[in-house]
Amino acid sequence: MTALVLRNGHLLDPAAGIDAAKDILFKDNRVAEIAATGKLKQADGAEFLDATGLVIAPGLIDIHVHLREPGQGYKETIATGAAAAAAGGFTAVAAMPNTIPVNDSVDITRWMQSPDRGALIRVFPIAAATRGSKGEQINDFAALKSSGAVAVTDDGHPILKDSVMRETLAGAARVGLSVIQHAEDTRMTVGASMNAGPVAFKLGLRGMPNEAESSLVERDIRLLTELREARAHLHVAHTSTAAAIAAVRQARRSGLRVTCEVAPHHFLLTDEHVGFYNTNFKMNPPLRSAADRDAMIEAILDGVVDAIATDHAPHATHEKEVEFERAPNGITGLETALGLSLRFLHGELKMPLGRVLSLLSAQPAAVLGLKNRGTLAVGSCADAVVFDPKAEWTYRATEGKSKSKNTPFDGWTMQGKVRWTIGEGRITYAAT
Amino acid sequence: MSPTATPVRRLLYPPPPAASPFPYHPGSLLSVEHVALGALNQILTRATALEQQDPLTRDRILAKRRVALLFYESSTRTRTSFELAAKALGADTALISNLSSSIEKGESLKDTGLTLRALGAEAIILRHNSSGAPWLLEECTHLPVLNAGDGMHEHPTQALLDLRTILAHLRPGISEVGANTLAGVTLSITGDILHSRVARSNMLLLPRLGARVLLCGPKELLPELAANAGPGIFIERDFESALRQSQAIMMLRIQGERLAGLQLDLEEYKGNYQLTGDRLRTLAPEAIVMHPGPIIRGLEITAGVADGPQSTILEQVTHGVAIRMAVVERALTIASNGARA
Repeated sequence: MTALVLRNGHLLDPAAGIDAAKDILFKDNRVAEIAATGKLKQADGAEFLDATGLVIAPGLIDIHVHLREPGQGYKETIATGAAAAAAGGFTAVAAMPNTIPVNDSVDITRWMQSPDRGALIRVFPIAAATRGSKGEQINDFAALKSSGAVAVTDDGHPILKDSVMRETLAGAARVGLSVIQHAEDTRMTVGASMNAGPVAFKLGLRGMPNEAESSLVERDIRLLTELREARAHLHVAHTSTAAAIAAVRQARRSGLRVTCEVAPHHFLLTDEHVGFYNTNFKMNPPLRSAADRDAMIEAILDGVVDAIATDHAPHATHEKEVEFERAPNGITGLETALGLSLRFLHGELKMPLGRVLSLLSAQPAAVLGLKNRGTLAVGSCADAVVFDPKAEWTYRATEGKSKSKNTPFDGWTMQGKVRWTIGEGRITYAAT
Repeated sequence: MSPTATPVRRLLYPPPPAASPFPYHPGSLLSVEHVALGALNQILTRATALEQQDPLTRDRILAKRRVALLFYESSTRTRTSFELAAKALGADTALISNLSSSIEKGESLKDTGLTLRALGAEAIILRHNSSGAPWLLEECTHLPVLNAGDGMHEHPTQALLDLRTILAHLRPGISEVGANTLAGVTLSITGDILHSRVARSNMLLLPRLGARVLLCGPKELLPELAANAGPGIFIERDFESALRQSQAIMMLRIQGERLAGLQLDLEEYKGNYQLTGDRLRTLAPEAIVMHPGPIIRGLEITAGVADGPQSTILEQVTHGVAIRMAVVERALTIASNGARA
């Protein structure tokens, strides 16, 4: 039994509607009490942390990360990925199933959640939708859900066959799981390594057209319309094109259960940033045009976007130090998401702090139905991030907790310095 | 906020793309865009001087210096031309090809480059099937790297030798090139622009000297956005109209190895884009006819035109040796701070 008190801080919990100076008591992995500064009743014997000048917010939740275990521990382990998450203010992450072997089983789903993995924070596995993520044979969603999977996806291997996607949506709806789709019609992206457009032409690289993303989102929404009665839930991963956002917006207006996420790199960077074949700017979906980047920002500001998710995808240095076309897709993101979101969305675009935090906590929790998370209401999980919202700092990849250093944001100025991350009532990260 | 509101871009200022650290070594030739006008003149001047120099004194210039030729793709002209150029200056050359080296065993470009450097290579001439590979090699080795063709990206020495060919015919006797040297000259490039590194290097180099570059070909091989690659680049889909406007005509091969499943009706292609004797006689009787090779006789160009009086195809090859002597000399004699040794 542990008790922890945060004193003299400013509690900002958009889900609970709290934006005031409060002290908060965590006990037995629950928010036990919230009171005016200095007025906690049950704080005897608790450990005290002084949060003067700091914001106390619900722990951040990233619903799209790759932790590389089982199978690729040289890139990241569940332990190192979780440590990176904690350093970034995250208290829960949802881990994609493109491990080796693919997480398409109860055994692997359980293995990932075992205390033996040494995760500092909560890891929610997302299971493969189909056997081996091959897009053919549907997995046993009921069994996966009862072993702890929070959604199903064939992330990275989009489900192209209409019949299989229909069956996936219907089957997942029956057991109450969300279906996450990496929307890419891979028939349109053969051999491509960046966004299609003038930059790709000039660099002599084959491009991925926007339609490869938007056409699959549109197809999925069509299937969802057919399954309207089943109340299936589609979540569009790492949305990167204006057309895909438009499709989501339209589908939502017609009452369908469609949600979407956007990654920080897609609301900040464009294909121009690839520069001279810098593989730390290579990911899938790729960095798009300025018009698409702007559409991501607009969609975040106007509320179409449900979550900021990092698509944290660690790769070893030697894997990225190759010809651009041969380099694996993906960049790390757990340690930069808060700092970038605060600097650009809040600092520059003046999005209210609470809304930015909501996109990183309450809303992603809602997307995946993670109960008692994303809020600090009394009785919910003792997950919190305590940060200085004004502090500026420079991110250095080499000082990061992730095993991999493949980030486009090395040396960037961040806003909002995490002082403590508290995961399930314990201090999982403390700034030094 | 509605989609028609003030563009958000104006409100958001993430750092622009980082300034290029390339080229690390001033002797490198990665892209024609890195070659400033001064350097271009120096290369052209040295090409002429070296070509005219007594071979017995010329071969002391780089005597026993070591140059590696690293070739991941087959090549006749470029490889031999670089090799003869380096040898003409007295350098020792070593040829490493992907088919008879540890590359076959999976050695990375980085490790191959570092190995060559450890073997004493002072410059690496790289032909690679991946666009951008020379940037990686330079970053890993910090040696001068000469791009001998990277994927679909660039082939800078080809553009330089093409420029020398154009100057020899259209601006004979000029001693220095400038921003207007090729004013009034239209070069048409016809064929597989999409997959062509030769086209990219030429379209980025020649307009800087005042030339107009007309790109011609079907949309499968020539996307509209090609015209955005730089100033002075235009698209003309009608081959005959392109010919009529051209003082220099460059024909390109269909790159079967890079089509990636794209299906082309070759008979239709020939009907629309083949350079025939008839077309040349009636539409561009004065123009020079260029081709970077290899040519496919009877496809993009008829045998008669390739061998005819307007053809500069073999002359281009000869210009290549002179240009490559100049760039190899530059690679090995320019100090890493940019000063000439």
